[in-house]
Amino acid sequence: MLATRSIKKASKVFALDLAIRCMDLTTLEGADTPGKVAALSSKAIRPDPTDDSIPSVAAVCVYPNLVPTALERTRGTGVKVASVATAFPSGQAPLDVKLQEVRDVVAMGAHEVDMVIDRGAFLSGNYAKVYDEIVRVKELCAGKAHLKVILETGELGNYDNVRRASLLAIAGGADFIKTSTGKVTRNSELPVALCMLEVIRDVHEETGRVVGMKIAGGIRQSKQAVQYLVQVYETLGPAWLTPDRYRIGASSLLNDVLMQLRKEKTGRYQNPDYFTVD
Amino acid sequence: MVPAEKHGRTAAVVSKWDYAPAPEAKDIVKIQDRYGLFIGGKFVEPLSKQHYTTIDPAHEEPLAEVAQAGKADVAKAVRAAREAYATTWSKLRPSERAKYLYRIARILQERAREFAVLESRNGGKPIRESRDVDLPLAAAHFFYYAGWADKLEYAFPNRKPRPIGVAGQIIPWNFPMLMLAWKIAPALAAGNTVVLKPAETTPLTALLFCDVLRQAELPPGVVNIVTGDGRTGAEIVAHPDVNKIAFTGSTEVGKAIQRALAGTGKRLTLELGGKAANVVFDDAPLDQAVEGIVNGIYFNQGHVCCAGSRLFVQESIYDAIISKLKRRMSTLRVGDPLDKNTDVGAINSKMQLDKITSLVQSGIDEGAEIYQPPCKLPERGYWFVPTVFTNVAQSYRIAQEEIFGPVLSVLTFRTPDEAVEKANNTPYGLSAGVWTEKGSRILAMAQRLKAGVVWANTYNRFDPTSPFGGYKESGFGREGGLHGLEPYLAFDE
Amino acid sequence: MTRLAVRKTYKLYIGGAFPRSESGRTLVVEGANIARASRKDLRDAVRIARQAGAGWWGMTAYNRGQVLYRIAEMMEDRHAALSAASSEAEVSRAIDRVVWYAGWADKLAQTVGSSNPVAGPYFNFTVPEPTGVVGIIAPQKPALLGLVSRVLPVIVGGNAVVVIASETHPLAAIELAECLATADVPGGVVNILTGQRAELAPVLASHMDVAALDLAGADGDAAELERLGAENVKRVVHGHPDRQSLYEITPFLELKTVWHPVGM
Repeated sequence: MLATRSIKKASKVFALDLAIRCMDLTTLEGADTPGKVAALSSKAIRPDPTDDSIPSVAAVCVYPNLVPTALERTRGTGVKVASVATAFPSGQAPLDVKLQEVRDVVAMGAHEVDMVIDRGAFLSGNYAKVYDEIVRVKELCAGKAHLKVILETGELGNYDNVRRASLLAIAGGADFIKTSTGKVTRNSELPVALCMLEVIRDVHEETGRVVGMKIAGGIRQSKQAVQYLVQVYETLGPAWLTPDRYRIGASSLLNDVLMQLRKEKTGRYQNPDYFTVD
Repeated sequence: MVPAEKHGRTAAVVSKWDYAPAPEAKDIVKIQDRYGLFIGGKFVEPLSKQHYTTIDPAHEEPLAEVAQAGKADVAKAVRAAREAYATTWSKLRPSERAKYLYRIARILQERAREFAVLESRNGGKPIRESRDVDLPLAAAHFFYYAGWADKLEYAFPNRKPRPIGVAGQIIPWNFPMLMLAWKIAPALAAGNTVVLKPAETTPLTALLFCDVLRQAELPPGVVNIVTGDGRTGAEIVAHPDVNKIAFTGSTEVGKAIQRALAGTGKRLTLELGGKAANVVFDDAPLDQAVEGIVNGIYFNQGHVCCAGSRLFVQESIYDAIISKLKRRMSTLRVGDPLDKNTDVGAINSKMQLDKITSLVQSGIDEGAEIYQPPCKLPERGYWFVPTVFTNVAQSYRIAQEEIFGPVLSVLTFRTPDEAVEKANNTPYGLSAGVWTEKGSRILAMAQRLKAGVVWANTYNRFDPTSPFGGYKESGFGREGGLHGLEPYLAFDE
Repeated sequence: MTRLAVRKTYKLYIGGAFPRSESGRTLVVEGANIARASRKDLRDAVRIARQAGAGWWGMTAYNRGQVLYRIAEMMEDRHAALSAASSEAEVSRAIDRVVWYAGWADKLAQTVGSSNPVAGPYFNFTVPEPTGVVGIIAPQKPALLGLVSRVLPVIVGGNAVVVIASETHPLAAIELAECLATADVPGGVVNILTGQRAELAPVLASHMDVAALDLAGADGDAAELERLGAENVKRVVHGHPDRQSLYEITPFLELKTVWHPVGM
């Protein structure tokens, strides 16, 4: 009851701009091709060709096979390339296969690795197994790529499990903890994200260690993105309002944010036809 | 390829993110310059010829002149109520009575925003609360009790329930519309007619409500609204042709009413003050408990009879809870009630502000440790920063007396038995809160706490179906649910 | 020149929509072509009712009460159209009956449920719940009041229904369906099939996913339908065609009792 906020005018523009700067522009489809990823990368670098004041996004997020294309198209621009790995999205593959995938993706030059935890093991209570896998993946990334650990909160069942999984991931070495793959019916939700932010806050307070947060899945509207940012601001403070510590994994959200920004500038409600679909 | 400098920005770290003002539009509601009394279905000038000014406590600005009803005015209102009862209301088929109440509920839903804005302006509570809690619940009360009007024989089988006659109702300033709904809805559903006095400082939504009654075409005299201060209330209590009195307000005034009614045979229900214990056990999810603590005492600026004003923390989690609590308090926004980002609104009156200030001073004087987060208060208006006292002893005034403001007193306990004993160690008994993951402990605490409402792992939840009322000096009688009908009915057995 | 009227097509009401019968058949009744529902329509309706029932019970009681009250609002608005298919007096009574039942939605738990003082350190409580999909054979007459008198007490308790409308006076049923469709009643909570009673009733009575059967409109075939219902232990009720009572609601409720230990 005390945590809903209404954000207007200058604050809203700031939030929308921040949302773009923190975005991991994502395409994770079986049908992805180099052409699709090339177009996505252009959009990531320059979301609105008609407006120079719009910043680039933080990163593009793709499947391992498309990493080379993404790297080539974003070279020299400051936009990072994140790759999913470890048998995304299910994680249901033998450990050596998952680790090899991480090795390959790091070798290709991806800046960031988004791994999934083994939910089967977690829900069976095999927490040590889950922890061990994260540690091994982190070993392969350390010094080369930053590691995001996807908890798949929609499959975890309750907030206690979300808290437990967050602590486990952080203990295992996660640089970021991430809500969802975006591939199941329940993705990112405000209460779940709050739960994770509270873990990040407690860890920071007790140890000084900084862990980032990424929300992903089902964030399609600017209003939602702003609510998540307010949540970060009120839980972790302004220091976390930066792409180094906060990311939003999304695809259609970008155009909605662009429409909102243009509405703030012109006073008119917008039409999707005026924004590129890449 | 576009050069990096043009499109890749380094992330600037922001130091503060100011939320721009998000004001709710004021012009949705029209406030008259002057109001009369609503008697017999229309507004009439007070026979007393006296008016007083009601203000907006957030800006100390006058809003309107309202009437100060005198003895003759009250008598006129009671006559109108009696006539409406005898000639119309008691003769209607109960299902027709129900339909009037359904109309009122629906109209209130339609005009909810108008009422919410007026409530916040006249009373000081944040628009988010009046919009999201007060008005929806008020409409829901009318809707719920409408359904009982023609089903009373199911609620009280074999007792032949019938209305009492004319009910006199006196309500407080902390939830003006909600208290009005809690009083009028069951009274009318049971077949009675009503003379209601809103609180002195918050008359405007009750007066606007008269327009809802007009739209609903409620027969004249069924509901009469007389405004005024405590003297008007005393006249209602004293009037011989009022059959039942319902009072919500301070324990002191409640006792005076009970004394005044002694020996008269009039029916009485009282909903008075409280000093609720909010008990947090070491297995409670801490962040969730902190939300509950904050909601319990800072919701509606702590102007809540059932506020969780005494926090009992199990010693083993004391440090964690206090640090999380203080941090959470620093994100509370105190400000213009009509701003949608405001969490804590204005104190209702200068008198109440003085009372809070004085009790807080007593806390400091008696040796408790005070904490108030840095908070910029507006220059005009009545404001108090959310406050927490630690190192509080059970005997301090701030642990004994109802402050009715955003002030929390924190005490500790080691064992559950100790928590229960201290929680019950008060002449009040309205409500209590329990925070623990253990189901059996929730039920055991609920069994042993001497409070009319026990909230487990939540706080300040209200519903028309859920009976509300106190033990001991917090009053007697229940409002809400099937049980809320009983005070408004006469029975054969 | 007189103006040619645009005539209404009378279809079934299933899942909140108005489909024709999958069989494509019609009957002429009360001067109109009425959809003649088939066993497959009925099968589909039961499946849809089961899904819709979960959402209906998932709403708060207050919300359900408001939806039911809105049915009365829509009926009042269509008083004239409904009266053409029945009578003005009947319509007024039917509307008031809907309002009466709407008021029960948030009162059943307190009147029918209880907290039980068991002889041990346990908290024990009983709550009413809907029984499931209820099949209703609506009274032939009075077509509107009888239909309302059977459907409202069943859905107020949280059930979803599949109704076989009056065979002799089906127009009132479709008029009512139009009120339901505009009253925010979630699609599938009430499904109304017009057609031949003798063809449809046994299918409803023997359907394994129908939890209860209201035989208000059954005449000679009541015993046989009851026998068919025994296969999945249906709750069989002989509902009254023109009564308002709590006890028209209760036969369609299950009672669940829960225990939990009490201790620090």
